[in-house]
Amino acid sequence: MSELSALTLEQAAAGLRAREFSSVELTQAVLDRIGSVEPDVRAYLTVTADEALTNARAADQRLRNGGASLLCGIPGGIKDLIATRGIQTTAGSRILEGFKPPYNAFVIEQLRRDGYVLAGKCNLDEFAMGSSTENSAYQVTHNPFALDCVPGGSSGGSAAAVAAEEAFFALGTDTGGSIRQPASLCGVVGLKPTYGRVSRWGVIAMASSLDQVGPLARTVRDAAIVLGCIAGRDELDSTSTTRPVPDYLSACERGVKGLRVGVPKEYFIDGMEPAVEQAVRAAIAELVRQGAVPVEISLPHTDYALPTYYVIVPCEVSANLARFDGIRYGVPQPGETMWEAYANTRGSGFGAEVKRRIMLGTYALSAGYHDAYYVQAQKVRTLIKRDFEEAFEQVDVIACPASPSTAFPIGAKTEDPVQMYLADIFTLAIPLAGLPARAYEAASEWSHSQCRERLQVGGAQ
Amino acid sequence: MQLDRAQTAHVAWLARLSLTDAELERFAGQLSSILTHIQRLGELDVADIAPTAMASESDRNVTRPDEPRPASPREEILANAADVEEGSVRVRAILEETA
Repeated sequence: MSELSALTLEQAAAGLRAREFSSVELTQAVLDRIGSVEPDVRAYLTVTADEALTNARAADQRLRNGGASLLCGIPGGIKDLIATRGIQTTAGSRILEGFKPPYNAFVIEQLRRDGYVLAGKCNLDEFAMGSSTENSAYQVTHNPFALDCVPGGSSGGSAAAVAAEEAFFALGTDTGGSIRQPASLCGVVGLKPTYGRVSRWGVIAMASSLDQVGPLARTVRDAAIVLGCIAGRDELDSTSTTRPVPDYLSACERGVKGLRVGVPKEYFIDGMEPAVEQAVRAAIAELVRQGAVPVEISLPHTDYALPTYYVIVPCEVSANLARFDGIRYGVPQPGETMWEAYANTRGSGFGAEVKRRIMLGTYALSAGYHDAYYVQAQKVRTLIKRDFEEAFEQVDVIACPASPSTAFPIGAKTEDPVQMYLADIFTLAIPLAGLPARAYEAASEWSHSQCRERLQVGGAQ
Repeated sequence: MQLDRAQTAHVAWLARLSLTDAELERFAGQLSSILTHIQRLGELDVADIAPTAMASESDRNVTRPDEPRPASPREEILANAADVEEGSVRVRAILEETA
Protein backbone atom coordinates (compact mmCIF):
# COMPACT_ATOMS: atom_id res chain seq x y z
CA MET A 1 0.00 0.00 0.00
CA SER A 2 3.03 2.27 0.14
CA GLU A 3 2.12 3.91 -3.19
CA LEU A 4 -0.75 5.63 -1.35
CA SER A 5 1.83 7.83 0.37
CA ALA A 6 2.81 9.30 -3.01
CA LEU A 7 -0.63 10.80 -3.68
CA THR A 8 -1.19 14.52 -3.36
CA LEU A 9 -3.27 15.65 -0.40
CA GLU A 10 -6.15 16.43 -2.75
CA GLN A 11 -5.96 12.99 -4.39
CA ALA A 12 -5.85 11.32 -0.99
CA ALA A 13 -8.89 13.31 0.15
CA ALA A 14 -10.76 12.28 -3.02
CA GLY A 15 -9.81 8.64 -2.49
CA LEU A 16 -11.11 8.73 1.07
CA ARG A 17 -14.41 10.16 -0.13
CA ALA A 18 -14.73 7.59 -2.91
CA ARG A 19 -14.06 4.84 -0.30
CA GLU A 20 -11.10 3.60 -2.35
CA PHE A 21 -9.21 3.30 0.90
CA SER A 22 -9.73 4.23 4.54
CA SER A 23 -7.81 6.75 6.60
CA VAL A 24 -6.39 3.84 8.59
CA GLU A 25 -5.01 2.35 5.35
CA LEU A 26 -3.72 5.73 4.20
CA THR A 27 -2.11 6.36 7.57
CA GLN A 28 -0.55 2.90 7.67
CA ALA A 29 0.90 3.54 4.20
CA VAL A 30 2.51 6.76 5.47
CA LEU A 31 3.83 4.98 8.60
CA ASP A 32 5.28 2.23 6.38
CA ARG A 33 6.89 4.86 4.19
CA ILE A 34 8.34 6.55 7.28
CA GLY A 35 9.69 3.17 8.41
CA SER A 36 11.46 2.61 5.12
CA VAL A 37 12.96 6.08 4.43
CA GLU A 38 13.57 7.55 7.90
CA PRO A 39 16.90 5.78 8.44
CA ASP A 40 18.21 7.88 5.50
CA VAL A 41 16.17 11.10 5.75
CA ARG A 42 15.67 11.57 9.50
CA ALA A 43 12.92 14.18 9.07
CA TYR A 44 11.01 13.30 12.24
CA LEU A 45 12.06 13.76 15.86
CA THR A 46 8.99 11.83 17.05
CA VAL A 47 6.77 9.52 15.00
CA THR A 48 3.39 9.32 16.70
CA ALA A 49 2.22 6.01 15.23
CA ASP A 50 -0.33 5.18 17.94
CA GLU A 51 -1.76 8.70 17.95
CA ALA A 52 -1.92 8.62 14.14
CA LEU A 53 -3.90 5.38 13.99
CA THR A 54 -6.26 6.61 16.73
CA ASN A 55 -6.79 9.85 14.76
CA ALA A 56 -7.32 7.79 11.58
CA ARG A 57 -10.01 5.59 13.12
CA ALA A 58 -11.86 8.68 14.36
CA ALA A 59 -11.50 10.23 10.90
CA ASP A 60 -12.93 7.16 9.20
CA GLN A 61 -15.99 7.49 11.42
CA ARG A 62 -16.38 11.16 10.46
CA LEU A 63 -15.92 10.34 6.78
CA ARG A 64 -18.65 7.71 7.00
CA ASN A 65 -20.95 10.30 8.58
CA GLY A 66 -20.36 12.68 5.65
CA GLY A 67 -19.64 16.40 5.55
CA ALA A 68 -16.00 15.96 6.64
CA SER A 69 -13.41 18.54 5.56
CA LEU A 70 -10.74 17.83 2.95
CA LEU A 71 -8.13 17.40 5.69
CA CYS A 72 -10.14 14.73 7.49
CA GLY A 73 -8.10 11.55 7.73
CA ILE A 74 -4.98 13.09 6.12
CA PRO A 75 -1.62 12.49 7.86
CA GLY A 76 0.56 15.57 8.36
CA GLY A 77 3.85 16.38 10.05
CA ILE A 78 4.18 19.21 12.55
CA LYS A 79 7.35 21.22 13.15
CA ASP A 80 8.52 20.46 16.68
CA LEU A 81 8.28 24.16 17.56
CA ILE A 82 4.48 23.89 17.68
CA ALA A 83 2.88 22.73 20.96
CA THR A 84 1.06 19.39 20.85
CA ARG A 85 -0.67 18.46 24.09
CA GLY A 86 0.89 15.47 25.85
CA ILE A 87 3.35 14.89 22.97
CA GLN A 88 7.00 15.86 23.43
CA THR A 89 7.74 19.27 21.91
CA THR A 90 11.45 20.09 21.98
CA ALA A 91 12.02 23.07 19.65
CA GLY A 92 15.04 21.00 18.59
CA SER A 93 16.72 21.95 21.88
CA ARG A 94 18.20 19.95 24.74
CA ILE A 95 16.74 22.46 27.17
CA LEU A 96 13.22 21.21 26.31
CA GLU A 97 13.99 17.49 26.21
CA GLY A 98 10.99 15.64 27.65
CA PHE A 99 8.71 18.71 27.61
CA LYS A 100 5.07 17.75 27.06
CA PRO A 101 2.91 20.83 26.52
CA PRO A 102 -0.29 20.95 28.59
CA TYR A 103 -2.19 22.45 25.63
CA ASN A 104 -2.35 22.47 21.84
CA ALA A 105 -1.30 25.38 19.66
CA PHE A 106 -4.19 27.19 17.92
CA VAL A 107 -3.13 25.72 14.56
CA ILE A 108 -3.24 22.20 16.04
CA GLU A 109 -6.75 22.80 17.38
CA GLN A 110 -7.75 23.97 13.88
CA LEU A 111 -6.30 20.84 12.27
CA ARG A 112 -7.97 18.63 14.89
CA ARG A 113 -11.30 20.34 14.25
CA ASP A 114 -10.95 19.20 10.63
CA GLY A 115 -9.92 15.67 11.68
CA TYR A 116 -6.29 15.54 10.50
CA VAL A 117 -3.96 12.72 11.46
CA LEU A 118 -0.78 13.57 13.39
CA ALA A 119 2.06 11.56 11.81
CA GLY A 120 4.78 13.06 13.99
CA LYS A 121 6.91 16.02 15.01
CA CYS A 122 9.43 17.28 12.47
CA ASN A 123 13.07 18.18 13.04
CA LEU A 124 14.22 21.80 12.93
CA ASP A 125 17.13 24.07 13.70
CA GLU A 126 17.10 24.70 17.45
CA PHE A 127 14.36 27.24 18.28
CA ALA A 128 14.04 27.79 14.49
CA MET A 129 17.46 29.46 14.29
CA GLY A 130 19.26 28.29 11.19
CA SER A 131 19.07 27.60 7.47
CA SER A 132 20.08 23.94 7.27
CA THR A 133 18.48 22.01 10.19
CA GLU A 134 22.05 21.16 11.24
CA ASN A 135 21.49 23.21 14.42
CA SER A 136 19.07 20.61 15.81
CA ALA A 137 20.35 19.21 19.11
CA TYR A 138 19.03 15.77 18.16
CA GLN A 139 19.81 14.82 14.58
CA VAL A 140 20.76 16.05 11.12
CA THR A 141 18.01 15.77 8.50
CA HIS A 142 19.13 14.82 5.01
CA ASN A 143 17.77 16.20 1.76
CA PRO A 144 15.66 13.36 0.29
CA PHE A 145 16.87 14.17 -3.22
CA ALA A 146 20.58 14.34 -2.32
CA LEU A 147 21.28 12.61 0.96
CA ASP A 148 24.67 14.27 1.46
CA CYS A 149 23.01 17.70 1.28
CA VAL A 150 21.01 19.71 3.80
CA PRO A 151 17.22 20.09 3.45
CA GLY A 152 17.48 23.80 4.28
CA GLY A 153 16.02 25.23 7.44
CA SER A 154 14.79 25.91 9.88
CA SER A 155 11.67 23.88 8.86
CA GLY A 156 13.96 21.30 7.21
CA GLY A 157 12.25 18.29 8.79
CA SER A 158 8.86 19.51 7.56
CA ALA A 159 10.16 20.07 4.02
CA ALA A 160 12.00 16.74 3.90
CA ALA A 161 8.98 14.83 5.26
CA VAL A 162 6.74 16.24 2.52
CA ALA A 163 9.36 15.72 -0.21
CA ALA A 164 10.07 12.13 0.89
CA GLU A 165 6.34 11.29 0.94
CA GLU A 166 6.37 10.80 4.71
CA ALA A 167 3.40 13.18 5.08
CA PHE A 168 0.86 14.77 2.72
CA PHE A 169 1.58 18.16 4.20
CA ALA A 170 3.51 19.66 7.08
CA LEU A 171 3.37 22.79 9.17
CA GLY A 172 6.47 24.92 9.44
CA THR A 173 7.23 28.36 10.77
CA ASP A 174 8.91 31.19 8.89
CA THR A 175 10.68 34.14 10.48
CA GLY A 176 13.23 35.02 7.81
CA GLY A 177 12.74 32.22 5.29
CA SER A 178 12.34 29.08 7.41
CA ILE A 179 9.44 27.74 5.33
CA ARG A 180 10.40 29.07 1.90
CA GLN A 181 14.12 28.25 1.85
CA PRO A 182 13.74 24.56 2.88
CA ALA A 183 10.73 24.20 0.54
CA SER A 184 13.03 25.55 -2.13
CA LEU A 185 15.88 23.16 -1.35
CA CYS A 186 13.56 20.13 -1.12
CA GLY A 187 11.41 20.84 -4.18
CA VAL A 188 8.08 21.33 -2.44
CA VAL A 189 5.67 24.25 -2.10
CA GLY A 190 6.14 26.41 1.01
CA LEU A 191 3.93 29.32 1.99
CA LYS A 192 4.68 32.03 4.51
CA PRO A 193 1.38 33.82 5.12
CA THR A 194 1.00 37.53 5.76
CA TYR A 195 1.98 38.39 9.33
CA GLY A 196 -1.18 38.02 11.44
CA ARG A 197 -2.95 35.64 9.05
CA VAL A 198 -2.27 32.66 11.34
CA SER A 199 -2.29 32.68 15.14
CA ARG A 200 1.04 32.17 16.91
CA TRP A 201 -0.61 30.88 20.12
CA GLY A 202 1.25 27.74 21.21
CA VAL A 203 4.16 28.31 18.83
CA ILE A 204 7.43 28.61 20.76
CA ALA A 205 8.47 32.19 20.06
CA MET A 206 11.67 33.13 18.26
CA ALA A 207 11.12 36.68 16.97
CA SER A 208 7.55 37.69 17.75
CA SER A 209 7.28 40.55 15.26
CA LEU A 210 8.14 38.18 12.39
CA ASP A 211 7.23 34.55 13.28
CA GLN A 212 4.42 33.05 11.22
CA VAL A 213 3.09 29.49 10.78
CA GLY A 214 2.46 28.17 7.29
CA PRO A 215 2.02 25.02 5.21
CA LEU A 216 4.49 22.93 3.20
CA ALA A 217 2.91 20.62 0.63
CA ARG A 218 3.55 18.95 -2.70
CA THR A 219 1.18 21.16 -4.70
CA VAL A 220 -0.05 24.74 -4.52
CA ARG A 221 -3.62 23.52 -4.13
CA ASP A 222 -2.65 21.29 -1.21
CA ALA A 223 -0.99 24.24 0.51
CA ALA A 224 -4.18 26.27 -0.09
CA ILE A 225 -6.27 23.60 1.63
CA VAL A 226 -4.02 23.63 4.70
CA LEU A 227 -3.85 27.42 4.91
CA GLY A 228 -7.64 27.61 4.72
CA CYS A 229 -7.79 25.40 7.82
CA ILE A 230 -5.18 27.12 9.99
CA ALA A 231 -5.86 30.78 9.12
CA GLY A 232 -8.15 32.99 11.14
CA ARG A 233 -8.63 35.20 14.14
CA ASP A 234 -7.61 33.85 17.52
CA GLU A 235 -8.33 35.97 20.56
CA LEU A 236 -5.24 34.50 22.26
CA ASP A 237 -2.98 36.17 19.65
CA SER A 238 -3.81 39.86 19.51
CA THR A 239 -1.78 40.23 16.29
CA SER A 240 -3.98 37.73 14.43
CA THR A 241 -6.13 39.51 11.89
CA THR A 242 -9.92 39.81 11.96
CA ARG A 243 -10.01 39.86 8.16
CA PRO A 244 -12.20 37.03 6.81
CA VAL A 245 -10.38 33.94 5.52
CA PRO A 246 -10.81 33.80 1.73
CA ASP A 247 -11.45 30.59 -0.22
CA TYR A 248 -7.83 29.88 -1.16
CA LEU A 249 -8.67 26.78 -3.18
CA SER A 250 -10.99 28.60 -5.55
CA ALA A 251 -8.42 31.41 -5.78
CA CYS A 252 -6.07 28.80 -7.30
CA GLU A 253 -8.40 28.70 -10.33
CA ARG A 254 -7.64 32.29 -11.23
CA GLY A 255 -5.12 32.49 -14.03
CA VAL A 256 -2.24 34.93 -14.33
CA LYS A 257 -3.54 36.76 -17.41
CA GLY A 258 -2.87 40.46 -17.01
CA LEU A 259 -1.09 39.92 -13.69
CA ARG A 260 1.72 42.44 -13.29
CA VAL A 261 4.77 40.50 -12.10
CA GLY A 262 7.55 42.61 -10.60
CA VAL A 263 11.07 41.36 -11.17
CA PRO A 264 13.39 43.10 -8.69
CA LYS A 265 16.82 43.68 -10.16
CA GLU A 266 18.45 43.47 -6.70
CA TYR A 267 17.49 39.78 -6.46
CA PHE A 268 19.58 38.73 -9.45
CA ILE A 269 23.04 39.19 -8.03
CA ASP A 270 26.59 38.17 -8.77
CA GLY A 271 27.43 35.00 -6.93
CA MET A 272 24.09 33.27 -7.24
CA GLU A 273 24.22 29.85 -8.84
CA PRO A 274 23.66 30.12 -12.59
CA ALA A 275 21.24 27.20 -12.42
CA VAL A 276 19.08 29.15 -9.97
CA GLU A 277 18.94 32.27 -12.12
CA GLN A 278 18.24 30.17 -15.22
CA ALA A 279 15.37 28.31 -13.56
CA VAL A 280 13.80 31.43 -12.10
CA ARG A 281 14.06 33.32 -15.41
CA ALA A 282 12.44 30.34 -17.13
CA ALA A 283 9.61 30.30 -14.60
CA ILE A 284 8.99 34.02 -15.13
CA ALA A 285 8.98 33.43 -18.90
CA GLU A 286 6.34 30.75 -18.38
CA LEU A 287 4.20 33.21 -16.40
CA VAL A 288 4.56 35.67 -19.28
CA ARG A 289 3.61 32.98 -21.80
CA GLN A 290 0.40 32.50 -19.81
CA GLY A 291 -0.41 36.20 -20.02
CA ALA A 292 1.38 37.82 -17.08
CA VAL A 293 3.07 41.16 -17.66
CA PRO A 294 6.68 41.42 -16.44
CA VAL A 295 7.75 44.74 -14.91
CA GLU A 296 11.30 45.45 -13.87
CA ILE A 297 11.27 46.97 -10.41
CA SER A 298 13.76 48.08 -7.81
CA LEU A 299 13.81 47.37 -4.08
CA PRO A 300 16.73 49.69 -3.29
CA HIS A 301 17.25 48.74 0.36
CA THR A 302 17.53 45.01 -0.33
CA ASP A 303 21.19 44.99 0.71
CA TYR A 304 20.25 46.19 4.17
CA ALA A 305 17.71 43.45 4.87
CA LEU A 306 20.31 41.02 6.22
CA PRO A 307 21.91 43.39 8.76
CA THR A 308 18.46 44.71 9.76
CA TYR A 309 17.21 41.18 10.31
CA TYR A 310 20.28 40.22 12.34
CA VAL A 311 19.72 43.09 14.74
CA ILE A 312 15.95 42.83 15.17
CA VAL A 313 15.79 39.05 15.45
CA PRO A 314 18.56 38.61 18.07
CA CYS A 315 17.02 41.43 20.15
CA GLU A 316 13.64 39.68 20.14
CA VAL A 317 15.36 36.32 20.71
CA SER A 318 17.21 37.55 23.78
CA ALA A 319 13.91 38.66 25.31
CA ASN A 320 11.84 35.61 24.26
CA LEU A 321 14.39 33.02 25.36
CA ALA A 322 14.91 34.60 28.79
CA ARG A 323 12.03 32.40 29.99
CA PHE A 324 14.05 29.19 29.69
CA ASP A 325 15.48 28.72 33.18
CA GLY A 326 14.70 25.04 33.80
CA ILE A 327 12.22 25.80 36.59
CA ARG A 328 8.68 25.30 35.30
CA TYR A 329 9.82 23.06 32.43
CA GLY A 330 13.04 22.03 30.80
CA VAL A 331 16.20 20.40 32.06
CA PRO A 332 17.69 22.23 35.08
CA GLN A 333 21.36 22.12 36.11
CA PRO A 334 22.73 22.70 39.62
CA GLY A 335 24.71 25.77 40.66
CA GLU A 336 26.19 27.37 43.80
CA THR A 337 23.79 30.30 43.63
CA MET A 338 20.41 30.63 41.94
CA TRP A 339 21.96 32.83 39.23
CA GLU A 340 24.68 30.28 38.57
CA ALA A 341 22.06 27.54 38.35
CA TYR A 342 20.24 29.58 35.69
CA ALA A 343 23.46 30.22 33.78
CA ASN A 344 24.47 26.56 33.96
CA THR A 345 20.99 25.43 32.83
CA ARG A 346 21.06 27.81 29.87
CA GLY A 347 24.75 27.26 29.09
CA SER A 348 24.32 23.50 28.82
CA GLY A 349 20.77 23.50 27.39
CA PHE A 350 21.23 25.86 24.43
CA GLY A 351 23.31 25.16 21.33
CA ALA A 352 25.87 27.48 19.73
CA GLU A 353 23.61 29.42 17.33
CA VAL A 354 21.03 30.07 20.05
CA LYS A 355 23.75 31.35 22.38
CA ARG A 356 25.17 33.55 19.62
CA ARG A 357 21.81 35.17 18.93
CA ILE A 358 20.97 35.63 22.62
CA MET A 359 24.33 37.33 23.19
CA LEU A 360 24.06 39.46 20.07
CA GLY A 361 20.62 40.65 21.17
CA THR A 362 21.70 41.20 24.75
CA TYR A 363 24.63 43.29 23.50
CA ALA A 364 22.54 45.30 21.00
CA LEU A 365 19.91 46.09 23.63
CA SER A 366 22.38 46.96 26.39
CA ALA A 367 22.74 50.49 27.72
CA GLY A 368 24.62 52.74 25.28
CA TYR A 369 24.04 50.50 22.21
CA HIS A 370 20.23 50.37 22.04
CA ASP A 371 19.83 53.39 19.74
CA ALA A 372 22.79 52.58 17.52
CA TYR A 373 21.62 49.04 16.82
CA TYR A 374 17.99 48.33 17.68
CA VAL A 375 16.38 51.68 16.91
CA GLN A 376 18.58 52.13 13.82
CA ALA A 377 17.49 48.70 12.54
CA GLN A 378 13.82 49.49 13.18
CA LYS A 379 14.19 52.66 11.11
CA VAL A 380 15.83 50.78 8.26
CA ARG A 381 12.97 48.29 8.53
CA THR A 382 10.65 51.20 7.72
CA LEU A 383 12.68 51.89 4.55
CA ILE A 384 12.51 48.23 3.52
CA LYS A 385 8.75 48.20 4.09
CA ARG A 386 8.39 51.37 1.99
CA ASP A 387 10.34 49.77 -0.87
CA PHE A 388 7.67 47.09 -1.07
CA GLU A 389 4.78 49.55 -0.68
CA GLU A 390 6.12 51.59 -3.58
CA ALA A 391 6.70 48.47 -5.69
CA PHE A 392 3.14 47.27 -5.13
CA GLU A 393 1.86 50.52 -6.64
CA GLN A 394 3.25 49.23 -9.94
CA VAL A 395 2.83 45.47 -9.70
CA ASP A 396 0.52 42.80 -8.27
CA VAL A 397 3.15 40.27 -7.25
CA ILE A 398 6.92 40.07 -7.12
CA ALA A 399 8.83 37.06 -8.49
CA CYS A 400 12.36 36.31 -7.37
CA PRO A 401 14.56 33.42 -6.30
CA ALA A 402 13.92 31.94 -2.84
CA SER A 403 17.54 30.88 -2.32
CA PRO A 404 20.79 31.93 -3.98
CA SER A 405 21.85 28.29 -4.23
CA THR A 406 20.49 24.79 -4.50
CA ALA A 407 20.92 22.45 -1.53
CA PHE A 408 24.46 22.66 -0.15
CA PRO A 409 26.46 19.79 1.37
CA ILE A 410 26.01 18.93 5.04
CA GLY A 411 28.75 20.65 7.05
CA ALA A 412 29.61 23.22 4.36
CA LYS A 413 28.52 26.33 6.31
CA THR A 414 28.49 25.29 9.95
CA GLU A 415 31.75 27.02 10.91
CA ASP A 416 30.90 30.49 9.63
CA PRO A 417 27.63 32.00 10.93
CA VAL A 418 27.65 34.85 8.40
CA GLN A 419 27.89 32.39 5.47
CA MET A 420 24.91 30.51 6.90
CA TYR A 421 22.97 33.78 7.31
CA LEU A 422 23.58 34.57 3.63
CA ALA A 423 21.62 31.41 2.68
CA ASP A 424 18.48 33.39 3.59
CA ILE A 425 19.42 36.55 1.73
CA PHE A 426 16.41 36.38 -0.64
CA THR A 427 13.81 35.55 2.00
CA LEU A 428 14.65 37.99 4.83
CA ALA A 429 13.23 41.23 3.50
CA ILE A 430 9.67 40.05 2.89
CA PRO A 431 8.78 39.26 6.54
CA LEU A 432 10.37 42.53 7.70
CA ALA A 433 7.59 44.16 5.66
CA GLY A 434 5.00 41.68 7.04
CA LEU A 435 4.28 40.38 3.54
CA PRO A 436 3.27 36.89 2.39
CA ALA A 437 5.35 34.82 -0.04
CA ARG A 438 5.30 31.38 -1.51
CA ALA A 439 8.12 29.23 -2.84
CA TYR A 440 7.26 27.26 -5.97
CA GLU A 441 9.09 24.72 -8.01
CA ALA A 442 10.76 26.58 -10.85
CA ALA A 443 12.72 23.88 -12.62
CA SER A 444 10.92 21.05 -14.32
CA GLU A 445 13.91 18.72 -14.35
CA TRP A 446 16.51 17.72 -11.80
CA SER A 447 19.50 20.01 -11.72
CA HIS A 448 23.09 18.84 -11.40
CA SER A 449 22.73 18.53 -7.64
CA GLN A 450 19.36 16.85 -8.02
CA CYS A 451 17.77 19.63 -6.01
CA ARG A 452 15.21 21.85 -7.58
CA GLU A 453 15.60 25.57 -7.93
CA ARG A 454 12.84 27.70 -6.72
CA LEU A 455 10.83 30.71 -7.57
CA GLN A 456 9.49 32.88 -4.81
CA VAL A 457 6.39 34.96 -5.39
CA GLY A 458 5.56 37.67 -2.87
CA GLY A 459 2.25 39.50 -2.70
CA ALA A 460 0.75 42.58 -1.07
CA GLN A 461 -0.74 42.17 2.41
CA MET B 1 33.61 46.28 15.58
CA GLN B 2 35.56 43.97 17.87
CA LEU B 3 34.33 42.27 21.03
CA ASP B 4 37.12 41.00 23.24
CA ARG B 5 36.91 38.06 25.61
CA ALA B 6 36.10 40.19 28.65
CA GLN B 7 33.24 41.97 26.86
CA THR B 8 31.94 38.65 25.58
CA ALA B 9 32.05 37.20 29.09
CA HIS B 10 30.16 40.24 30.40
CA VAL B 11 27.43 39.88 27.77
CA ALA B 12 27.20 36.13 28.47
CA TRP B 13 26.69 36.84 32.17
CA LEU B 14 24.01 39.47 31.41
CA ALA B 15 22.25 36.79 29.36
CA ARG B 16 22.78 34.16 32.12
CA LEU B 17 24.79 31.84 29.91
CA SER B 18 27.71 29.99 31.42
CA LEU B 19 30.32 29.44 28.71
CA THR B 20 33.50 27.40 28.55
CA ASP B 21 36.80 29.14 27.74
CA ALA B 22 36.72 27.63 24.27
CA GLU B 23 33.21 28.97 23.69
CA LEU B 24 34.22 32.45 24.90
CA GLU B 25 37.13 32.46 22.47
CA ARG B 26 35.02 31.30 19.52
CA PHE B 27 32.01 33.54 20.23
CA ALA B 28 34.18 36.65 20.66
CA GLY B 29 35.47 36.19 17.10
CA GLN B 30 32.13 35.21 15.58
CA LEU B 31 30.15 38.01 17.27
CA SER B 32 32.79 40.51 16.11
CA SER B 33 32.39 39.40 12.51
CA ILE B 34 28.58 39.57 12.72
CA LEU B 35 28.76 43.04 14.31
CA THR B 36 31.07 44.18 11.51
CA HIS B 37 28.44 43.08 9.00
CA ILE B 38 25.68 44.85 10.94
CA GLN B 39 27.73 48.06 11.12
CA ARG B 40 26.55 48.81 7.55
CA LEU B 41 23.19 49.99 8.90
CA GLY B 42 24.99 53.12 10.10
CA GLU B 43 25.60 54.15 6.45
CA LEU B 44 21.95 55.16 6.05
CA ASP B 45 20.66 58.54 7.15
CA VAL B 46 17.45 57.68 8.96
CA ALA B 47 17.21 60.74 11.22
CA ASP B 48 13.71 61.56 9.92
CA ILE B 49 12.43 58.01 9.59
CA ALA B 50 10.01 56.53 12.15
CA PRO B 51 10.94 53.08 13.49
CA THR B 52 8.82 50.02 12.62
CA ALA B 53 8.36 47.64 15.54
CA MET B 54 5.84 45.40 13.86
CA ALA B 55 4.65 45.17 10.26
CA SER B 56 1.06 44.18 10.98
CA GLU B 57 -1.86 46.40 10.12
CA SER B 58 -3.08 46.52 13.71
CA ASP B 59 -0.91 47.93 16.44
CA ARG B 60 -3.86 48.06 18.79
CA ASN B 61 -3.95 46.77 22.31
CA VAL B 62 -6.61 44.24 23.17
CA THR B 63 -8.33 43.97 26.52
CA ARG B 64 -10.88 41.55 27.88
CA PRO B 65 -12.92 41.33 31.07
CA ASP B 66 -10.89 39.95 33.98
CA GLU B 67 -12.88 36.77 34.42
CA PRO B 68 -11.76 33.24 35.30
CA ARG B 69 -11.39 30.88 32.35
CA PRO B 70 -10.61 27.20 32.00
CA ALA B 71 -6.86 26.51 32.14
CA SER B 72 -4.63 23.51 31.53
CA PRO B 73 -4.90 20.78 34.20
CA ARG B 74 -2.54 21.44 37.10
CA GLU B 75 -0.99 17.93 36.97
CA GLU B 76 -0.11 18.33 33.26
CA ILE B 77 1.62 21.62 34.01
CA LEU B 78 3.47 20.31 37.08
CA ALA B 79 4.55 17.15 35.23
CA ASN B 80 7.06 19.31 33.32
CA ALA B 81 8.75 20.78 36.40
CA ALA B 82 11.78 19.05 37.91
CA ASP B 83 11.11 20.07 41.51
CA VAL B 84 7.51 19.88 42.71
CA GLU B 85 6.14 19.96 46.24
CA GLU B 86 2.55 19.89 47.43
CA GLY B 87 1.07 20.84 44.08
CA SER B 88 3.51 23.70 43.45
CA VAL B 89 6.82 24.27 41.71
CA ARG B 90 9.64 24.60 44.24
CA VAL B 91 12.18 27.38 43.58
CA ARG B 92 15.22 28.64 45.41
CA ALA B 93 14.89 31.63 47.71
CA ILE B 94 15.97 34.76 45.85
CA LEU B 95 16.25 37.23 48.70
CA GLU B 96 18.54 35.16 50.92
CA GLU B 97 21.01 34.49 48.16
CA THR B 98 21.28 38.02 46.83
CA ALA B 99 21.37 39.69 50.28
